[in-house]
Amino acid sequence: MPVTQFVLLSAFLFCTGVYGVLARRNGVLVLMSIELMLNAVNINLVAFSARLNDAAGQVFALFVIAIAAAEVGVGLAIVLLIYRNRVGVNLDEIDLMKG
Amino acid sequence: MFLATEAVTHAAEAGIAEKAWLIPLLPALSFFVILFFGKKLPKGGSESGILAVGLSFVLSVLVAFDWITNHTVVDQHWVWWQNGHAKITIGQHVDGLTVMMFVVVTFVSLMVHIYSTGYMHGDVRFTYFFAALSLFTASMLFMCLADNLLQLLVGWELVGLCSFMLIGHWFEEKNNSSAALKAFFTTRVGDVGLMLGIITLFFAAEETFHIDTINKLALEHEIGHGILVASAVLLFLGVMGKSAQFPLHIWLPDAMAGPTPVSALIHAATMVVAGVYLVARVYGVFWEGFSIEAGGLNWMALIAGITMIIAAALAFVQDDIKRVLAYSTVSQLGYMVAALSVGAWTAGVFHLFTHAFFKALLFLGSGSVIHAVHSNNMSEMGGLKKYMPTTFTTFIIGTLALAGIFPLAGFWSKDEILLGAMEGGYPYILILGLIGAFMTACYMGRCVFLTFFGEYRGHGHPHESPRSMTVPLILLAIPSVGIGLINATAFGIDNFTRWVPFHIPGAEHFHLEHHDFNPALAGLSLGVAITGLLVAAMVYYWQNVPAGLRGATDRGLLRGLKTLLIEKYYLDHLFVGGVVGFIKGPLARATYWTNQKIIDGIVNAVGSGTRIVGRFTYDVLDQKGVDGIVNGIGVSASETGGVLRLVQSGRVQQYALMLFAAVGLLGLALIFFT
Repeated sequence: MPVTQFVLLSAFLFCTGVYGVLARRNGVLVLMSIELMLNAVNINLVAFSARLNDAAGQVFALFVIAIAAAEVGVGLAIVLLIYRNRVGVNLDEIDLMKG
Repeated sequence: MFLATEAVTHAAEAGIAEKAWLIPLLPALSFFVILFFGKKLPKGGSESGILAVGLSFVLSVLVAFDWITNHTVVDQHWVWWQNGHAKITIGQHVDGLTVMMFVVVTFVSLMVHIYSTGYMHGDVRFTYFFAALSLFTASMLFMCLADNLLQLLVGWELVGLCSFMLIGHWFEEKNNSSAALKAFFTTRVGDVGLMLGIITLFFAAEETFHIDTINKLALEHEIGHGILVASAVLLFLGVMGKSAQFPLHIWLPDAMAGPTPVSALIHAATMVVAGVYLVARVYGVFWEGFSIEAGGLNWMALIAGITMIIAAALAFVQDDIKRVLAYSTVSQLGYMVAALSVGAWTAGVFHLFTHAFFKALLFLGSGSVIHAVHSNNMSEMGGLKKYMPTTFTTFIIGTLALAGIFPLAGFWSKDEILLGAMEGGYPYILILGLIGAFMTACYMGRCVFLTFFGEYRGHGHPHESPRSMTVPLILLAIPSVGIGLINATAFGIDNFTRWVPFHIPGAEHFHLEHHDFNPALAGLSLGVAITGLLVAAMVYYWQNVPAGLRGATDRGLLRGLKTLLIEKYYLDHLFVGGVVGFIKGPLARATYWTNQKIIDGIVNAVGSGTRIVGRFTYDVLDQKGVDGIVNGIGVSASETGGVLRLVQSGRVQQYALMLFAAVGLLGLALIFFT
């Protein structure tokens, strides 16, 4: 089974994610972009798993999904708190960690 | 406390004797109990002391029975700390001598504890007194248990400390605190010698303090004779201080400033015999160092002989009943040391054993008298026989035992000493011993007649002491009468000789000689003692002195002798004026000059030299060199931080950009360079 289509799809989704993370100002959108990247990786893992007839890749994908869920939970909670404290989730304005 | 434990047992099977360490431990625990809770206890701490010492006594008796039946020497030690291959150990050595000391110390201490509840009743520092008694008992037993000289020294100094504390028990009076200081300082003079002796032996015996090893090496001639002589002389200095041998005996009579039970326990029965115990314990060193076997003249015998006579003479001119007994103790200690110095080891140790009972009895009896008449002076006593029957009877028993009247305890031990002197080739000790026996009987007769006979010369109405005081007197009177019979050589009984042997494993060719009973000598010493008592009776009871001799002590040569005795041979003057004065006067000035001119000069030169070096170090090395480096590191770190600071914008997306850029670059590198 050819994997080209899956790899291309995955690369497209990953690039979209990177663009989202780097360019969007809204914190929620950044989180969503991270999800895009993670799922791009998942597609790769599953595709190669099927190609190589090895279940390990699919197991990894399941792990990634579980961790992504946790990550989204934490991330959204942070975004929510930032929104409450500062009325807005514009990432440009959030530079408390400036050295 | 112990870094490492390493038990070494030579005993094949030892039962209760292995638990001998409990015997000193119990009074030590009692000391802390009394110290912390004494005042809250219903009897002010005395019950704790009596219980602990009582248990120790029971244990001692059990250990003694174990020893007599099995004769197994327990010799164990635990490594306390180690320096190179020199191990500093703490241990227990249980043999006949130890067992004998245990029985004597715990028994006399128990009697004194019981007696003190009556004698010290209502005292301001009752609890403190019992705490010190417990500590003393523990220290003394610890010293006797020692298997090495260092541990022995620790116990030795601890008993010295307790002696100091108890002599100065009523320290509000200047005399008492001075007496305590005098005792402490005088014994300290000897202790310097003891310490040097122990150090000498430590190095001579290839870095060990173990007593049996030292004895063995000395007896097997594995230590050079010169070193043995030096260490025996140095150790004997300690003995002279502790066991009040001439001329360091001066502290003992003054030590009577302490409460009478203390005098009985410490300054008659136990602590002052520590010196005798040391000689008996390290006998190999003394045997070889003073060439005892050769006979003739040795330093130890000479000192002991002088001590016997001069102390006995001093006892004649004392009015204070306790001082009479104190000089008597000095004289009897002279007998013990004399016995050891002539090779009569068993006789010396046996005399230590019997003397402890009857001298403690005499002291406690004198305490009972003092308690009744509220004075130490015999000039204020007299006729107490009918007021204090129990005290009188027991005091008479003690006197007869001390005078050496057959068949009481003192007879057997004193006879053995005289026999040892005769057979060992020390005729002058024999002669001095006989003279001393006469004088002993005579001054004790004087003491008894002045105290218990005639008319009462004091104030108030004397009365018999309470039961707590008379019961110990009776209990001490029993061994004073009968204990001598355990070594009644006249009847072929030599239990003591067999029970308390001097045996060093590894030194098999060495053995002590035991001489057969000599009826002529025993008769002579008994006759001398009875004559002494009769002379005393003639002068002080019948007051039937021949007219020509009446008032003889106030005329001519005898008057001078009496003054000499009253002034205690001017020894105190010699020490205070001569030794202390010399140290205070010329020596102190010379030392001061040396100090100011020479030592200070050196110190100052060293000081300014150091200052110059220090200034250079500060200016050049420290300020420019070290500080330059340190500051340089600080500044560069700060600068680097300033540059890196720009990167830390706090913007997450910038970080992410850097992350992806870095990943991208690494990816490119991966592609192009593989």
